[in-house]
Amino acid sequence: MKKVFSRPKSLKPTPFHYCPGCGHSIIHRLIGEVIDEMNLQEKIIGVPPAGCAVLAYNYFDIDMGEASHGRAAALATGLKRALPDRVVFTYQGDGDIAAIGTAESIHAAARGENITTIFVNNGVYGMTGGQMAPTTILGQNTTTSPRGRKESRDGFPINLSEMIAIAPGSAYIERTAVNNPANILKTKKAIAKAFRLQLQGFGFTLVEILSACPTNWKMAPIDACKWIDEVMSVHFPLGVLKDISGEKRDAH
Amino acid sequence: MRGNHVAAEAAVRAGCRYYFGYPITPQNEIPEYMSARLSEIEGGVFIQAESEIASIHMVIGASMAGGRVMTSSSGPGISLKQEGISFLCALELPAVIINMTRGGPGLGNIAPAQSDYFQATRGGGHGDYRTLVFGPNSCQELANLTYEGFNLADKYRIPVVILGDGMLGQMMEPVELPPEIPLKKLPPKDWTLTGAKGRPSRFLRSLILDPIKEEEHNWKLMRKYEKIVREEVRWETAYADDAKMMVIAFGIAARIAKGAIKRLREEGIKVGLLRPITLWPFPSKAIRDLAKKVKHFFVFEMNMGQMVEDVKLALEGNGEVHFYGRPGGVILTPLEIARVISSQYYQKRLG
Amino acid sequence: MLIKTVFSGFGGQGVIMMGQLLATAGMVEGKNVTCLPSYGAEVRGGTANCTVVISTEEIASPVASEPEYAVLMNNPSLIRYQNQVQSGGTIFLNSSLIEDRPIRGDLTIYEIPLNDLVQQLPDHKGANVVMLGAFIKKSALVTLDTMIRVLKDTFGGKNPAVFKLNKSALVLGYEYLE
Repeated sequence: MKKVFSRPKSLKPTPFHYCPGCGHSIIHRLIGEVIDEMNLQEKIIGVPPAGCAVLAYNYFDIDMGEASHGRAAALATGLKRALPDRVVFTYQGDGDIAAIGTAESIHAAARGENITTIFVNNGVYGMTGGQMAPTTILGQNTTTSPRGRKESRDGFPINLSEMIAIAPGSAYIERTAVNNPANILKTKKAIAKAFRLQLQGFGFTLVEILSACPTNWKMAPIDACKWIDEVMSVHFPLGVLKDISGEKRDAH
Repeated sequence: MRGNHVAAEAAVRAGCRYYFGYPITPQNEIPEYMSARLSEIEGGVFIQAESEIASIHMVIGASMAGGRVMTSSSGPGISLKQEGISFLCALELPAVIINMTRGGPGLGNIAPAQSDYFQATRGGGHGDYRTLVFGPNSCQELANLTYEGFNLADKYRIPVVILGDGMLGQMMEPVELPPEIPLKKLPPKDWTLTGAKGRPSRFLRSLILDPIKEEEHNWKLMRKYEKIVREEVRWETAYADDAKMMVIAFGIAARIAKGAIKRLREEGIKVGLLRPITLWPFPSKAIRDLAKKVKHFFVFEMNMGQMVEDVKLALEGNGEVHFYGRPGGVILTPLEIARVISSQYYQKRLG
Repeated sequence: MLIKTVFSGFGGQGVIMMGQLLATAGMVEGKNVTCLPSYGAEVRGGTANCTVVISTEEIASPVASEPEYAVLMNNPSLIRYQNQVQSGGTIFLNSSLIEDRPIRGDLTIYEIPLNDLVQQLPDHKGANVVMLGAFIKKSALVTLDTMIRVLKDTFGGKNPAVFKLNKSALVLGYEYLE
């Protein structure tokens, strides 16, 4: 019998601890597949953050160095500057990159650091129990905005990827989602492109991925996927925000 | 050479190729020097970071990659770096951190002070940890200890703090610089993140959710700290043989005190000096041994009394401690401190 | 021998440069030296000072309790330092700017009219080096030759014209005092 599907070799045979319907497992797998296909396992270094993905080093069979909350882009800067011929990526949640680590991410982009950021946006602080995030949209219920986020009290959500796209040092910014098979494939292509552009030395690349958190959204996984299409992506539109590579856009 | 330049050049000669920092007086000559010097060297990296917090995490990144790396700052900036210092300790990463202390708390001023002793020796960040802390008192010692600091940081996989002050950073003295270490001669590291080529993948992390494993990690760190206490304590004494009273001071304060003691000796006042060179580990045993012959200790610091607590802990009641401190960046002259010492000396009926 | 000198004046009058040059010259002559400048915001426009210790023995404190010499470039410096100088010590003062005179009778005072002297120099610049020339003549802490060498090492590499100017300023001050 021909084997048509198996675990990427850059992932360890450890079962994911993520909740049912969570996007992290899919995104881990996509990164693993890209690492395998681009043959990067021996030259890539990942920087997981504080947050649900803090244990990423238990799953990836690659070198990984943990960052404190929000500092992944600074730490990755140090790694990449010391090892310019390796591929360095950070894996960050919305609170990590767009609240406590805003300065680090924007300045890494402004410096044109030749690193890739995988920005998983699920609109809540997942690991700490579903508090309001910088990307929680207006009206969305969280444990610290129990009657819905109100601009008069809580302020507006931040579109960090758009902000980073303005920075001259950023090379490629795309927002995707992992709520249906077509979007998952686009996400994989975006990750591969970001790594490819890093290898070619284009500068800062970022893939923002809208990802479901059914547990904290208090929704069934299928409803959560639908919510990304119907509500979340209205505030965070999918698509390429910036691309200086001159590569032809994929047909999607 | 100016103290700040001395520290920077000594670092480069010790193999430091990565420097990340943020401007703050009175240490700006270090990033300025490193910016120029590291751009002349192949593989040298200098980044003026967006914040002190970012700079210490860039240090973490370059240290994970196996490089010799340094950052420097002063009081308020070191406060911001504390998060990263806690992580350096937890992750067991080597680095050298220079604090050219200024008057505090808050923004304070830019005059020389020793008010960051607690922060340096207790660890201003969270969790149980220690850093090796040196308190150099001259440009020459600043060069030597910065240079050696890199070796010790690698040896123990620990951040090394050089606790200077604004005066040390700005003053100029002739210095004999140590020789340049070729990077190829540095001992190899078997824990760095370089891409899992030809070996199993590695990870460096400080999150250890299982309390039993976290406890074991803490004990492992503790055993390392105990080894440092056994092997790395440094201090020096002067005029100690016939002293009836010992002055204990570190860094620049110890030099001013030594000037005072020279004056007092001319008047026949028998005082000596003990100067801790490592502030952590603290020369507790040396002080306890001294207490077998001397009963009176005079602690002088350019703060409100921080190291004096370590002196009292070391003595365990076997000696009388008098503290004199001047916080806020005030620089005493040897004559002024000599007057205070001699008045204590006569009050205790030692002469 | 252990001799302490304080240089003091407005920020911009070149007092820290005077201290650095003297310390470097002392080092060139194989002595122990320390040079402790004031620094930071206070130097810009405020009062700058610089303490130099030159010694044949170990220098304990770089801070001077009672300096042997004070080189004072403006009136506030005179007010600050005139009582610190040790008995029998010497004050060099810029008589173009300092109207007061020390009331102590136990000091030697040299008055150098720097504003008048620099008129003899092209661009009328280099008052601090003129003062330094006068200072090394009377203090004899370092020789004129050493100081010329230090000026050459400090300025000659970048711009020989600047060295020439500083050398004539130094000699002018050196020859001004008998």
